[in-house]
Amino acid sequence: MLKFILPLLLFIVLAVFLALGLNLHPSEIPSPLIDKPAPVFSAPKLQSPEEKLSPADLKGKVWLFNVWASWCASCRLEHPILNQLAKQKAVIIIGLNYKDEPIAAKGWLAQLGNPYDVSIMDQDGRIGIDWGVYGVPETFVVDKHGVIRYKHTGPVTAEDVPQIFLPLIAKLQAEN
Amino acid sequence: MKYLFIAFLLLLSNMACAGVEYRQFANPEQQEAYEDLTSELRCLVCQNQTIADSNAELAADLRRQVYEMLQQGKSKQDIATFMTDRYGDFVLYKPPFKLKTGLLWLGPVAFLVIGLIALFLFARRKKNAEAVTISAEKQQKIRRLLEKGDQS
Repeated sequence: MLKFILPLLLFIVLAVFLALGLNLHPSEIPSPLIDKPAPVFSAPKLQSPEEKLSPADLKGKVWLFNVWASWCASCRLEHPILNQLAKQKAVIIIGLNYKDEPIAAKGWLAQLGNPYDVSIMDQDGRIGIDWGVYGVPETFVVDKHGVIRYKHTGPVTAEDVPQIFLPLIAKLQAEN
Repeated sequence: MKYLFIAFLLLLSNMACAGVEYRQFANPEQQEAYEDLTSELRCLVCQNQTIADSNAELAADLRRQVYEMLQQGKSKQDIATFMTDRYGDFVLYKPPFKLKTGLLWLGPVAFLVIGLIALFLFARRKKNAEAVTISAEKQQKIRRLLEKGDQS
């Protein structure tokens, strides 16, 4: 009897592990920055480089930090969704223009619309490293105390907005 | 033709080191630390390559980061911590031994032990199997058959 049960058990164990493996997304690396203070930066604004923005300026506000670039194909996919989200005025959207040419970046915003309250420039990718950016686009949600509460890797889809972002933003806006 | 071939080979050798920057180090220890670190850190874009191997832009940025931190006199441990603070343990090819990575480290040992136990049980069962006894009549028959075989 054991002769039949043992291989069956082994098969079940293997099948469970493989089934779990199929549903994993190895390209989505959990960020160690969740529930940690947003990394500090002081970066020039894309539209007016003489002015700088740092996370301290946004204290007391809930904001999205969206990493984008004009060279990034999936950012184009995400862009109309961000435009729509910006129209709802539910949250401040800050853009991190990652390793991009300012002229190309401004052209992109002029052509496709600008959902960002402010975009800042990170031409050599250093702010990106501090935020653990590895796949553009990425979107962080930062709460009123300047703590990162959520990270989304890859383009934000139309379903993600009502399912993940709006409820989370509402919850964080209600916090003190 | 020969020169063309040599030119082609030279071109190839150029491509082989496309992802490597020229770096100057204060001492051999620093160079060694740089080589160790870049071959122990994972490129997060291409995931199965180290940042030393990868041509991805992020890998180049992380190599620059490692180099600059070494120039500032940071230790290897400092730099590894800097990377895991930002990218998590996944960035290390040699993940630390923790509750979460326990299965990863102990799994192979566990499978080896299971295999050895199975082997031991299997071998013992074989040994215990009763030796086959052959009657005198049967032995004679075997001998006859063998001799018959020899004659043909």
